[in-house]
Parts: sequence; C-alpha cells; structure tokens
Amino acid sequence: MTAAPPVIRIRGLSKSYQRGGQFIPVLEGVDLDVNEAEFIALMGPSGSGKSTLLNLIAGIDQPTGGTIEIGGVNIAQLREGELADWRAAHVGFIFQFYNLMPVLTAFENVELPLLLTSLGRAERRRHVEAALAMVRLTDRMDHYPNELSGGQQQRVAIARALVTDPTLIVADEPTGDLDRVTAAEVLDLLDELHRELGKTIVMVTHDPKAAARAGRLIHLEKGVLVPNAEVAADPH
Amino acid sequence: MKAIPFSYIARNLWVRRVTTLLTAGGMALVVFVFATVLMMGEGIRATLVATGQPDNVLLLRKGAGAEINSGIERAKAAMVESLDGIATDGEGRRLVSKEPVVLINLPKRSNGKPSNVTVRGTSALGLELRPQVRVIEGRMFRPGTSEIIAGRSVASGFRGAALGETLRFAQRDWVVVGVFDSDKTAFDSEIWGDAEQMMAAFRRPVYSTLVLRLNQREALAGLKAAIEADPRLQLDVKPETQFYAEQSEALATFIRILGLSLSVIFSIGAIVGAMITMFAAVAQRVGEIGTLRALGFRRGAVLVAFLAESLLLSLVGGVVGLAAASGMQAVDISTTNFQTFSEIAFQFRLTPAIAGQTLLFAMAMGFIGGFIPAWRAARLKIVDCLRAA
Amino acid sequence: MFLLRLLFKNAFRHRLRTVLTMVGLVVAICAFGLLRTIVDAWYAGVEGTSSTRLITRNSISLTFPLPLSYADRLRSVEGVTGVSWSNWFGGVYITERNFFPQFAVDAPSYLALYPEYVLKDDEKKAFLLDRQGVIVGRKLADTYGWKVGDQIALRGTIYPGTWVFNLRGIWDGVDARTDESQLLMHWQYLSETARKRLGRSMADYVGVYVVRIDQPDNAPVVSERIDTLFRNSLAETLTETEKAFQLSFVSMSETILVAISAVSLVIVVIIMAVMANTMSMTARERLSEYATLKALGFPPGFIVKLLFGESLVIALLGGGLGMALTLPIAAAFAKSVGTLFPVFLVSDLTMALQLAASVVVGLVAAAWPAWKMSRISIVNGLRHVA
Repeated sequence: MTAAPPVIRIRGLSKSYQRGGQFIPVLEGVDLDVNEAEFIALMGPSGSGKSTLLNLIAGIDQPTGGTIEIGGVNIAQLREGELADWRAAHVGFIFQFYNLMPVLTAFENVELPLLLTSLGRAERRRHVEAALAMVRLTDRMDHYPNELSGGQQQRVAIARALVTDPTLIVADEPTGDLDRVTAAEVLDLLDELHRELGKTIVMVTHDPKAAARAGRLIHLEKGVLVPNAEVAADPH
Repeated sequence: MKAIPFSYIARNLWVRRVTTLLTAGGMALVVFVFATVLMMGEGIRATLVATGQPDNVLLLRKGAGAEINSGIERAKAAMVESLDGIATDGEGRRLVSKEPVVLINLPKRSNGKPSNVTVRGTSALGLELRPQVRVIEGRMFRPGTSEIIAGRSVASGFRGAALGETLRFAQRDWVVVGVFDSDKTAFDSEIWGDAEQMMAAFRRPVYSTLVLRLNQREALAGLKAAIEADPRLQLDVKPETQFYAEQSEALATFIRILGLSLSVIFSIGAIVGAMITMFAAVAQRVGEIGTLRALGFRRGAVLVAFLAESLLLSLVGGVVGLAAASGMQAVDISTTNFQTFSEIAFQFRLTPAIAGQTLLFAMAMGFIGGFIPAWRAARLKIVDCLRAA
Repeated sequence: MFLLRLLFKNAFRHRLRTVLTMVGLVVAICAFGLLRTIVDAWYAGVEGTSSTRLITRNSISLTFPLPLSYADRLRSVEGVTGVSWSNWFGGVYITERNFFPQFAVDAPSYLALYPEYVLKDDEKKAFLLDRQGVIVGRKLADTYGWKVGDQIALRGTIYPGTWVFNLRGIWDGVDARTDESQLLMHWQYLSETARKRLGRSMADYVGVYVVRIDQPDNAPVVSERIDTLFRNSLAETLTETEKAFQLSFVSMSETILVAISAVSLVIVVIIMAVMANTMSMTARERLSEYATLKALGFPPGFIVKLLFGESLVIALLGGGLGMALTLPIAAAFAKSVGTLFPVFLVSDLTMALQLAASVVVGLVAAAWPAWKMSRISIVNGLRHVA
C-alpha cells in the first residue's frame, strides 16, 4: 500500500446511451482506484464496457453519472474545451491501428501533441528527438507511415504518446494488429516505459500475452466490475 | 486556439491529386469566365474613356445621343466658333474642329461579313485636338483630296483599308495614304478624311460634331451658358471624357450583367463539386479527426482545417483560372457598339482590382462549398470517429 | 429490369453525393439550354423573314437614306410584285432603357407586304385613316399596358422633338416566330412633320425599301437588276434577301454570340469534371465489391456496365430535371427582358442537345473509372478495405 493518493479515483461511474427511446446502460456504478506508476489491463468479453471505461478515463467521452478524479481533477465536471486542454496536457494515446496522420512524417506525427503547448520550434524538436530515441526510431523520423512497418508505426504512436510527458498513458488494444514477434517488441517497449519512466498505463486488451505484462488485471462484464477477479500478475 | 498544422491541410490536397485536380479544374473554368467578362467590360470602358481628352468639349445637336444622329448647320458652327473660352493654337487658330461623321459598311478581312465603320471628316485641327493620335505608317491626308487615313484596327481588320489600298464609297475612290494609332482608344476603329470632301461626297452639308478645346477648364460653365442662352443653337455640350464614358455604358453594362449572371450560375456547379469533394475528404479522414480531437485539438481547429483545405483548393483553381484569363490580354477583339452602331476594337484588360475580385470570388466558392462539410466534421463526436476508423 | 433497379439503388446509396451531383447537373443542363436559347433569340429576326422579300438600302451604309423617287422605278423592275418603304425612327419612350423598334412605313403597301401582322379590320381601317396613328405588336402592348385609343409620346433622336401618336391597333403575329415588339407609324406623317420642323433636308427620304418578288428563286436576279438600275446615280443601292439583311445585324454582335456559345460548352465541361469526380469516388469505394463480383464469375464487362449504367442513371435524372426546368425559366426570362428579345423560344434542337449533353456527361464521367475497375485483379480488390 502506498502513502500517495491514487492518481485515478473513480466512484459510481455510469454511462448509458439512448437509442430510439430506450436507455441502454453500458457501465453501471463502477468504482476503481489506480495508483501512480501502475500498469493495469482492462479485460472482458465484447460489450462488457471496457472500451467505454477506457474512453471515459481518457477524457474522450463523458459519463452519465459518477466522478472520475485524475490527479485530483474531476474530469467528469469539465466542459468540452477544458477537457480538450486537459487531455493535451495529461493523456498519451496508443490505438490499435496506430492512428497516425498518413500525410505527416514520423517526426511531424510525434510533434503533433506539442503543437498544443506553447513550446517553441527548437524546444519541440528536442522533445520529439528524445521521444523517437526512446522508441529507437531516430533513423526513420522523416519517413511517412506508409513507409513503415506495423510495428514501427506503433512505435511512432508510442513516441507521440510520450512526447508531452503525460500523467497517464491510455492504450486500446495496442497489439491487436501486430504479429506475435512485433507484438512482443511493442510490449517490451511498454514495459520499459512503465519501469524506467514510471508511467501510469491503462490498457484494454484481448491478448493474454499483453495482459500478462500488466501489474493488475481488471475484469468487466456487462458494465460492472467483476470483483475478486483482480489478479496481480507476476511482475516480469 | 491552437491550429492543426498547415502542412497537414496542404498535403491532403496533394495526396488526393485526381480529386483535387478535377475540383480545382472546375473552379478554374468558372473563374476564367468570371475574370474574362470583367476584363472585357474593363477593356471597352478603358478604350472609350481614354478616348476623351480632359479639356476637350464635344457639341452635338440637342437630344441626338450619338454622333451619327446629330446634324449641325454651318451657320450654327460659325456661331459656336466665335464664342468665348475657346483655346487657340500657336498660329492663332481657334481650336475648333467641325466634323461630319457617317457610317460605311465594309467587309471584314476575317470572314468577309460586313460591319459598320465610322468615317470622320476632319482636318489638321482635328489632329491637334487629339494628341494621342499619331500617324505611324504613311502620312496624313492632304486637305481637298480624296485621301484618307485608317485607324490601326480598321487597317488590319477590314478589306481595302490598309496602307496603299483603296476604298470605294459615295461614288469615289479613296486612297489610304496613312495608318494612325490612337493609343488603344476608340479612334483606332475609325477612318479619317477631309471634312469638306466628305460632306461633298455624301451630299450632307451639315456637320455631325463640333470638338473644341477650352482655354481653361473653368470656361466650360460660361460656354454652356452662352449656348443655352441662344435659342438658335439647340446643342448639347459635353466634356469629351463624359461623352465617351456614356458611349460605352450600354455595351459595358450589358456584358457585365450577362457575364456576372453566367458566373453565378456556373459557380453553383463548382460549389457542388467542392462540397462533394470536401464531404468525401471528411468521410475518408474520420479516424484522423477523432485522433486529432483526442490529442486535444478543439472542434474549432477541425472546422478551420477543413475550411482552409477548401479555400486552398479554390485558391488553386482561382489562380489557374486567373492565369488563363490573363492570357486573353493578347487577344484583340471587336464588336458593334449598340450606341454608336459601329465597330469598336478593344482588348481584354486585367487590372489589380479585377485580379483581386476574381480571387475573392474563387475563395467565396471554396468557402460556401466547404463550410457545411467542415461544420459537420467539427460536430463529430470523438468516440464515433474512432469507432468508425 | 433487375439491372436497372440495381443501378438505381446503387446510385442512391450515397444519397448526399448523388443529390449534390444531380443539383449540379440540373443547373448545368438548364444553363446550357438557356444560353443556346439566347443565341437562338438573337437569330430570331432571321427566322421570321420571308423568302419573297428583298431589302434595298443605300450601298454606303444603312445610315444613309434613299430618295422617295426610287419607289416608282422599283415598281417597274421585272420580277417585282410589290414595293413599300420604311424609316428607322429611333425614338425614346420615357427613358433609353425602354428600347423597342419604331418604323415609319408607307402603311397601305407595307401591311400588304407583311401579311403575318394580323390586324382586326376595324383597327386597320382606323390606322389607315389617322395620319398620326400607330399600330404596335401584341408583345409590345402587353409590356407597357397599352390599349387601343391610348396616346404614345416619343422623344426623337434622329428626328428631334417630341412626337405624339394615337394607338389605333394591336397586331398578333400569325405564328410564334413573328415579331410583335415593333411600333409602326405613317411615313407620310414623319415626312411632313420633319419638313415643317427641320426643313427639306429631312423629308422625302426613305430608310430602306422593302420589295416583294414573284418567286424566291429569282431573288439574286432581281437584286442584281435593282442595283444595276441605280448604279452611278445619286444614291447607289445594295439589295439583298430579307434573311441576309437580318443576318448582317446578327453578325455585328458575332463576337458576343461566339462567346456565349463557347461559354455554354464550358458549363457542360465543368459539370463533366464534377461528375467524373463523383464516379471516381464511387468506383474507389466499391473496389472490393467489384472484386467479389469478379471472383464470383461475373465478366469484367459487367462491372463496366454497372459503372456506366449508374453514371447514366444519375446524369439522365439530373439532366432530365434540368430540361424540364428550362421551359418555365425561359418563359420567366422572356418576360423580364420584355422587348429586348422579341422571340424567346426553346427550340427542339436545344432540347435534343440538352439530352445529348446529359448522355455525354454520363458516359465521359464513368469512362476512366470503368476502365480502371474492369482491370483490377481480384486479389488486390478483395484485399482492399473499403
């Protein structure tokens, strides 16, 4: 047990959609704490609400009820513009299909989040080069995504997620589109980030190999957390 | 609000080259029509307006409207000559030119079809009153002969009007002894000869126009008053610049209205094209929009980015269309001026104002076509975008 | 039939895009039709001519008159069956904007030469009896709301002063091509009044002579006879068919007409570019579907047919709607320009060309995408994530 408060504190979180005249609940009364520098994996069958939970934590969706405190800020209460600014400062994204801009080079893709800060050009360059060095893609920085392999693209995406030194890294099926060998490489990288940089990582995954890298597994089913299913995995 | 980088916007146009070309191409065509029409109207106006000299005054019979409808008897002309306010030349002659103006029908060189050409009977005084006119080939006609000089456009555009050629009208042969250039004004479309000879040949003992120069600009008011006071002189007095400006009005206005209506109608086609292209661009990049929003770019930034893409697209079309229209300046065209019933030759004239209006028009098309798609792009929800990607 | 339904459904899969494309087509085809109709209207005067009428004018130019004494000599020329004359009056009705042709004619002989102006008998009589009387065409009367018995005042430009006339009759054209936008006054009245106000120099002169001949084929021969008769006299003549005379007016505006015709093609090209864009997008989106069809055994020709068919469905729907809109818009346009274009009709040829333009646009737009699609390899196509 750590003395510091959890970096993510979720209480009574619920989310439902309206379709036709009906309310369809996706998450109901979720309570969750995530400590700083934890690496957690959200798992569950299709339709369990795990992606929705991730989206809410990442601030790209807003809950119907409950609170989400991240770094002391209740993001459930932020207005859209404030939420956007919050994300820019606090969240790094890793997507299943990399989500890089095809018309921007690796360098420019990694630079994107920095454009939302007030850093000057030279400063931005330094941060980008550092991030690309960390994912070991310095020699490819002027390549376009279609000139990179899947694994390389995901590494660029990881560099982009890191470049603003965010509070939180959110990963949605990061290995979903990769073969076994490349997936392992990417997971190694995530491990490194977690251990060496102390990043807090919340990951949604189907892949047991990916889940194995996480420190804690959280299961969801039909919009609620499955208690006692939390397993502390072997730290690798 | 932080903006999405310009390189993202510009490169997306390049990546979808075929679509960009087709859409910009359609816009370029509309812009070409728009610019060309404005240039045509400006060309006519410039040609006619430049024809008038600031201190010259034109007198026509009251209510005539055009030179060919006007008739001023010799006696009346003599009365005008003796009025105050008229300048004199170095030799003490009063700068008044008494000119009969008629139309003759001549076949064009290009297709043999006949058109009306203005023939002006004048004199050395008439030449003095129009300093922009210079004889560039041959020489001035000798008074009292059947010699004529042809304006540049007439000499090149009509059969029998070049230097050394002969025209036959009013039962006489008239030899072209010179070609004159009037610095791109209406006189380029005229034939000049000796006034008395013309009047005799056409059996018209009346003048059509009196052109005189004021000894000072303020003398105009006095001259007008003197003419109005005399009931025998039923004459309209107009500064030359005003007269020629009015001569171009009907034709220039007609061309402008026709051209602008056409451009507006055509622009609907180009706007539709831009809208289709931008809707497709948004649809294709829904995943990117979601990602950019997730990273923290605001809705406004998305709106601006797509609007900028549409504006850039239309700017490309606009520049291409303008460049093509600018090429039209090398073309000489002529048409019949409804008001004078005779041919006038002119050029397409591109001014900075027209260039500016053209580019604005292009961007307006891009704005209108791109706004709704950009708006829709900005209204998308992040999670919907990411799910659809 | 199945194919047609398939094409139709496919065309509207992407409703927004198809609707936008159709809007563009409607505007383009309609504009094309209107522009052609404007050019046709310019030539309307030519269409309304008679092959048995010749116009004799001063050979110097139309702005020079002919002596009245020529009338008798013309009547005695072989092949001539009727002679009348007409002067362009060129007056202003209230303001210069209200332009319409006014002619001073020798009424009894003129009306005999122009049987297409149909007048009621009592109106004709009233006109012939009143020297100061005028008759106008139905279209002109409607434009200014004139009724028989009204007084019409004109400000003269060639014949200066104010001229007041009594409207004695309104004619209807015998068919749609007849000009109903003119005002006809008595030449006699013009000549007498001009002599009183302006002196002899303006009287006893005629603008043009209108000559009726026995047979259209004799036109060149009779024209030559007339011009020979007056060669080397005070005013030499130039005689031509009425059609050639009207054409000479049209050719004065040739530059503008050529420009309008060119521009009417430009609009078709613009919409072709827009449609080609649409069809390219459609083809790209359906890449995997086409590959699937090919894998299932449909020949490449089928894909081509699908694309061309869909393109034609959209083009014909949009073009058809554009054609339908042309008629009411042309009618509204004709009303708004009043007497500027005396005849403003959408011709059959124009409608046929509109249809042809729609088909051409539909075919050209699909050409390149269809060619590309028919050549896709099944493997590459199926791999493509639409």
